[in-house]
Amino acid sequence: MINIAAILFYLFSGVLLSSAMMVVTARNTVHGVLFLILAFFNAAGLFILANAEFLALLLVVVYVGAVAVLFLFVVMMLNVEMGNIQKTAREYSVAGGLIGGTLAVELILMLYSWNTSPEAFEMISSPISKDGVTNTQALGNLIYTHYALIFQASGIILLIAMVGAIVLTLRHREGIRRQKIGDQLARDPKDSVSLVDISPGSGI
Amino acid sequence: MTIGLDHYLIVAALLFTIGGIGTFLNRKNVIVILMSIELMLLAVNINFVAFSQYLGDMLGQVFALFVLTIAAAESAIGLAILVVYFRNRGDISVEDLNMMKG
Repeated sequence: MINIAAILFYLFSGVLLSSAMMVVTARNTVHGVLFLILAFFNAAGLFILANAEFLALLLVVVYVGAVAVLFLFVVMMLNVEMGNIQKTAREYSVAGGLIGGTLAVELILMLYSWNTSPEAFEMISSPISKDGVTNTQALGNLIYTHYALIFQASGIILLIAMVGAIVLTLRHREGIRRQKIGDQLARDPKDSVSLVDISPGSGI
Repeated sequence: MTIGLDHYLIVAALLFTIGGIGTFLNRKNVIVILMSIELMLLAVNINFVAFSQYLGDMLGQVFALFVLTIAAAESAIGLAILVVYFRNRGDISVEDLNMMKG
């Protein structure tokens, strides 16, 4: 009797891995970004299966809502054609396959040789409580108390990233009329308005 | 059959490998390399959450939260650099990224 969690796990991980493959090999970059979004949704499903609901929803909100949309925006703005990816992929597939295969073999071999030390379960610093505390509340209890400093630091990193992105992409183009509010407010009515006495029928 | 830690670790290892291959395989478009890096960070996050569940320690999820933050900042900066580069060169092919003679 296979249980529903196992079925869901295999479904989520299968779609996650295949959509990750599609991200890497997609001809069209827009399709790649859309497959990245699919991969993030399935990873969120895996997180929910691992009882990390807050991180799962954060993954959907932050990655799908912000990062993937940012990717999509940049892909559409740059409008690069992929050209003949097959040719370049063939050139580098030997090196890429070698390094990737080595990495995969190492990681899989490591899975067969690791074991948990008996002290590991006594050394945990913030155990997951069983008495009805939700995942979000437990995470909040930690990041606002013990890890408040790191939490603030990650906020500063986000601020720096935002300022950096703005500084990098902001440009002042020549020949574009912008509203200069200071100049507008500094205008003197005496300089800008004059009374002209026109004789009838002559025009200005 | 129950889903244990090993299942999560295998999925994360395969995802990390796909991301790593993606950075090598793609020589035409820097955006795909950035997306591959996102996939690798996602694999790391899956590992953190799986170990957090396995050990019963909340700390892994806290760390995954910070990894998520850094990944968001990294992709924002990377895309901004990419936009500036595209403005200057009109192309984002990896093979032409040789202005710095590095």
